[in-house]
Amino acid sequence: MSTDLIDAARPAYRQPSWLRRHSPPYWLSLVGGGWMLLFFLIPLASGLIVSLETGNPVSGYTLTWNWHIYSQLFVHSDIPYTTFFIRSLYYGVATTILSILIAYPMAYFIAFRVSVRWKSPLILLVLLSFFVSFVIRTDMWSFVLAQQGFVITTLHKLHLVSSNFHILGTSNAVIGGDIYNNLPFMVLPIYVALERIDRRILEAARDLYSNGRQVFLRVVLPLSRAGIFAGVLLVFITTVGDPVNSSLLGGVGTYTIGQAIQDSYLTNQQFNVAAALSTVLMVILGIIMFAYAKIFGTENLENLV
Amino acid sequence: MTTTNDAAVSTEGTKKAPPAVRLENVTKEFKGMVAVDDLTLELAAGEFFALLGPSGCGKTTTLRMVGGFEQPSSGKIFLGGEDITWTPPYRRDVNTVFQSYALFPHLSVFDNVAFGLRRKGKDKDDIKRLVEEHLEILGLGGFGPRPATQLSGGQQQRVALARALVNQPKVLLLDEPMGALDAKIRKTMQLELKRIQREVGITFLYVTHDQDEAMALGDRIAVMHGGKYEDLGAPQRVYDEPATQFVAEFLGACNLLAVTLDHGTLRLPDGSSVGARPGSMASKLDQIAQVGVRPEKMLLRREGASEVPGPATNTLTATVTTTIYLGATSEYELVTSWGGPLHILAQNISEEDRFVPGDHVIVTWEKDHGFALPSSPNAVAAPITMANSEGET
Repeated sequence: MSTDLIDAARPAYRQPSWLRRHSPPYWLSLVGGGWMLLFFLIPLASGLIVSLETGNPVSGYTLTWNWHIYSQLFVHSDIPYTTFFIRSLYYGVATTILSILIAYPMAYFIAFRVSVRWKSPLILLVLLSFFVSFVIRTDMWSFVLAQQGFVITTLHKLHLVSSNFHILGTSNAVIGGDIYNNLPFMVLPIYVALERIDRRILEAARDLYSNGRQVFLRVVLPLSRAGIFAGVLLVFITTVGDPVNSSLLGGVGTYTIGQAIQDSYLTNQQFNVAAALSTVLMVILGIIMFAYAKIFGTENLENLV
Repeated sequence: MTTTNDAAVSTEGTKKAPPAVRLENVTKEFKGMVAVDDLTLELAAGEFFALLGPSGCGKTTTLRMVGGFEQPSSGKIFLGGEDITWTPPYRRDVNTVFQSYALFPHLSVFDNVAFGLRRKGKDKDDIKRLVEEHLEILGLGGFGPRPATQLSGGQQQRVALARALVNQPKVLLLDEPMGALDAKIRKTMQLELKRIQREVGITFLYVTHDQDEAMALGDRIAVMHGGKYEDLGAPQRVYDEPATQFVAEFLGACNLLAVTLDHGTLRLPDGSSVGARPGSMASKLDQIAQVGVRPEKMLLRREGASEVPGPATNTLTATVTTTIYLGATSEYELVTSWGGPLHILAQNISEEDRFVPGDHVIVTWEKDHGFALPSSPNAVAAPITMANSEGET
C-alpha cells in the first residue's frame, strides 16, 4: 500500500527498455564497423573472388571459381613464387630482429637517460625521415650507395674494398633499406612502453639485490614487452609485403613477393595472379602473427594505445 | 624529568654492538641546494626510528642515502659498523618500502615477494617457505597467485612490506608508506606495523610528515627542518619539551608566551614571574625568549574562584574571545591581559566548566608543563598554529 503511494507521488520516469539501456555502445560502434566493412572485409572478399577469375588482359576476366590457381602458382610454376615468399619472409624476419636491436637502445636512451627537455627533440629526430616521401628517400639511398656514389668511391680510394665490391643489388642493401624505413615504427612503441615504467619500480628492483643487468632482464624488458610486440607487428607486416626497397635497392636476386604482386597486377595485368598472391601473403602473415601473439602474449598490447 | 640525554642512551648501546645505522656528518646538495646539512644520526639495533618533518626538510633524501639511491656529497654512512657510503643499493643489507609501493606490475604477489630472495640465489624450497610465511604474517595467505597490482591499496601496502621483510634486512626503510592509505586503514596498519616490528626485531627507519604517526610508532623521533634535525628523542620528551619553536609547533598546537629574563627569573609581559623547564636552554639562560605551553596542559578557572594556586603553578588572567564546542572537548581562544593570543583545549566535564566569549578567566598550568625556547628568526608575532585540529577534521 505505502509503496503504491510513493510510486504515485513520483514523476512518471519509467524504467527505460532493455534496448534503450544497452543499445548505445552498438550505435557508437557503427562508424567503426562500417569502416571495417567497407575498407577491410569487402576488399578482402573481392580479392578472393578476383583470384578465382580466369581470362586475359585483352578479353577480360570472368569468375569461374578457378581454385586451381593456388596450386598452379606454387606447384611446377614457371615463376618461383615460393622462393619469393621465402625471401620476403627472410627479409621481414631479419629486418624485424635488427630493428629491435637498433631501436631498443635508442628508445631506452631517450626514455631513461635523457632529460625531459631533450626528449621531444630526439623523438622528432627519429621521425625526421618521415618528412620526406618514402619512395624519394629510398631512391636517395640508391643514389648514395651507387657504384659512382661517394660511399663506394671513398671506400675504393681508401683501399678498404675490392674493385668489384658493390652494395646495391644485394640482400643486405634491401634489408638495410627496410630497417631504415621502418625504424621509427619500432622505436616509438618501445619508447612509449619504457616511458610508462614507474622509475620507483626500478629502484625497488635495485633495492631487492638486482644489479644493472638483472634490473634490465627481470623488470625493464618484461615491462616493455608490449612495446616490442607492437613494433614487431608494424615492422614485420610492412616489410614482408614491401616492393619498394627491393626494387630500388635490390637487384635480380632480391625479387620479393611484394614486387611479384605489383608486377603481375600493374605490368602483366594478371589480376587473378596478383589477387591470389596477396591472399596467400595475408593468410601467411595472419598465421605467423597469431602464433607469435600466442607465444609472446598480447594481454597488455591495449595498454599502449 | 624525562630523558634529555637520549644521545647518551644510544652511545651506551654502541659499546656492546655498533649502531644499526650511523650517518656521520652527511651532507647532500642538489645543484647548489642543500637538502641534508651535516647530519649525524645513530639508530640502535632493533629500534623503531621515525624521521619527521615537513616536505622538503631532507627526510626522504636521508632515507634514500641509507638505501643507496643517492650518494652523499660528503660524510659517511655505516650499516652495522661497516662503511656503505659507496656501496650500490643491491649490495646493501637494507630494504625499502616505497611510498607508492612500487610493486612489480608484471609479477604475481608471490613473485613480488620472492624477487629479492631469488636475486640472492636462495634455494627454491626456502624461497617458497619464507614467502608463504611472510604472506601469512601480513594476512595475505592465499593471495600468492594474484597479480600484485589488482589488490587494494592496503593489500598492496602489505605486499610491499612482505617483499622487503622477507629478505630479513639489517634495516628496513619506510618512505611514507601510509601516505596513500585512507585514515581508517592507516590506523590499523599503524598498529600492525608496530606489532610486526616487535615480532621481527628489525631496525625500522620510518619517514613521515604526519606527527601523530611518528609519535604513535617511533621509539625515538627526530624532527627535521632545513636539512638538519632540530630535536631528537622519545616522542613524549620531544612533545613535552621540544628544543625549538619549530619542533614545538610541528608536533602539535602550542602557545608561545614572550618572556624576558630578569635576574634569573623569567617574566611575562605583565611582569608576573613564570616557571618553565629549561630543557635544552639550560646552559644558555640568557637566550630564552619564549615559554611554550601545550593547549591541553592549561586549565581555565573563573575569576574569583576560591582555589589558591600552589607554588608549582603558573597563573595569568585572560578573556575568552571564541569558544568552539567539539563534543568531548572545547577549544577556547583567549586574549591575555597584555593582548597576546592564547589557545586552550579543555575537557567538557560539567556544564560549569564551560565558558562563553567575554568571560574573564584565570589560566593556570604547572611550571613543569612550560618549556623554555630561544627566540626564533620568524618568531615575530608568533602565530598559534593548530596543526592537530586541521589533520583531524
